[in-house]
Amino acid sequence: MLDVALRHRFGPGGFALDVAFATAEAGVTALFGTSGCGKTTVLAAVAGLLRPQAGHVALHGTALLDTARGLCVPPERRRCAMVFQDARLFPHLSVATNLRYGLRRAPPDATGPGLEEVVALLGIGHLLGRRPGRLSGGERQRVALGRALLARPRLLLMDEPLAALDAERRAEVLPFLARLRSAANLPILYVTHALDEVDALADRLVLLQAGRVVAEGSVEALSLRTDLPLAGRRDAGALLPCTVLGHDAARGLTRLGFAGGELTVPMREEAPGTRARVRLRARDVAVATEPPRGLSTQNVLPATLAAIGEAPSPHEVFLRLRLGGSELLSRVTRDSVARLGLAPGQAVWAVVKAVTFDRSTGATG
Amino acid sequence: MDFGLSAEEWQAVRLSLDVACRSVLVSLLPAIGVAMLLARGRFPGRALLDALVHLPLVVPPVVVGWGLLMLFGLRGPIGEPLHAWFGIRLVFTTDGAALATAVMSFPLIVRAVRLGLEGVDPGLEAAARTLGAGRLDRFVTVTLPLMSPGILAGAVTAFAAGLGEFGAVITFASNIPGETQTLPLAIYSATQMPGGEATAARLAGISFALAVLGLLAAEFLARRMALLLGRG
Repeated sequence: MLDVALRHRFGPGGFALDVAFATAEAGVTALFGTSGCGKTTVLAAVAGLLRPQAGHVALHGTALLDTARGLCVPPERRRCAMVFQDARLFPHLSVATNLRYGLRRAPPDATGPGLEEVVALLGIGHLLGRRPGRLSGGERQRVALGRALLARPRLLLMDEPLAALDAERRAEVLPFLARLRSAANLPILYVTHALDEVDALADRLVLLQAGRVVAEGSVEALSLRTDLPLAGRRDAGALLPCTVLGHDAARGLTRLGFAGGELTVPMREEAPGTRARVRLRARDVAVATEPPRGLSTQNVLPATLAAIGEAPSPHEVFLRLRLGGSELLSRVTRDSVARLGLAPGQAVWAVVKAVTFDRSTGATG
Repeated sequence: MDFGLSAEEWQAVRLSLDVACRSVLVSLLPAIGVAMLLARGRFPGRALLDALVHLPLVVPPVVVGWGLLMLFGLRGPIGEPLHAWFGIRLVFTTDGAALATAVMSFPLIVRAVRLGLEGVDPGLEAAARTLGAGRLDRFVTVTLPLMSPGILAGAVTAFAAGLGEFGAVITFASNIPGETQTLPLAIYSATQMPGGEATAARLAGISFALAVLGLLAAEFLARRMALLLGRG
């Protein structure tokens, strides 16, 4: 696991960074925040490309940085491979030579997937003889992922690897990222400001704001917190771990099971039994005090109103709904609360339209 | 294939090529080093080094030749030990002509190499670092290949300029046929002799042709290089 504590100030009176967090043994930890919150600085310090004024970084118990002891292992000896936003493939080398660049420099005893395996995983076999200048943005980023993985790192750092791509290219690369995440049995630190990437990839979330850690925990748990900057986003809402129960091809629907109920959503591609995560945006969840009738909505779920919390807008609130072992958030106006006489402990029905589910919300393996 | 040139005139052409070649060989490595220091280094006296390197561009070439004479002359602080310990004499020799030419074209190479180096994305070197490449490793595998167009441009420019170096060579190495009389010096000598107009014209024609050839070669090499570096 990775242990990080950093303090750094850019110039007198400049941007100050003061963060501390830890990641799990394996899996993806997302550093999440708006641009300028210090995410990339943290990543550069972990990679060793930036030397912070104070702090320590330890990977699996080995210190990489400890300013108190004057220790700073150079990046080339940290074995923290990095995937950059702009791919940074070596333009004078072929794709194959780029892929082998890190592999050749990995210690002989380092283990990891081989060249053929990585090439197959990322679907880049047909590109091996080409120069990076002849690749599309998505292809470039896939090669960059392979190059980093083949360096046999102990930690994979990803600095907004999809941010420079258009929507189409993002959709092309995201599944490969998910596959790489499952294939690579190592911790990944993933910097992003896109919530759908978090939903598709991350296990843990470290929320950064203005150079500080606001919250840290599982993505599901933090998604339910209404006191975080996350709650102010349009796409804020509960993230439900689900299992694909079955498809109804004739009606074009898929049934998803979660702890506490079932959801009906538009047809998905995953096979029954696949685990998937869906984000139920709080603004897409309505509440009824009696079972509604004559409604087009597919999902009407009995729930208990657990709590009413503040929303970023003074005229709105978040309703926390409990469904068996799961919780949902619903964002409604204060007027609705008054009109329906909503109070904690009350039995309600959560109403969720099937078509509000994003198809892009990825599988988690 | 003597283009109507006499043996002496051919000698001047050969000598010019020889001197220009040697001057580039001598100055290339130090110029790359200085260019890297100036482009990437942060040390006191950087501005001073920068100024010193560029002096030959602004100081009259004759003054550079005079300076070399003071330093490398047989009684000079460098020339005397060189001669006493190693038996090397630079004044009035082909080596001396090459040295004078090298000093004159040094800033040209430094400028071109520096430009080439500044065109190399430091992000690529950072990427190489995170992939496990140490300082020398990433210089050889990433920085050097990517800055090679600048090095090539510098070398070709310096070679072409070296063919025509006059003031510093005649001051430091004198005008000795077969030893230090390069093309421009031979042209100058011809114009000083009654009836030398034809010789001067032929040599001037050769100078012109060499310059054009040099430009074409540089263009061709630059294209090849761009292709090799994946920018084509």
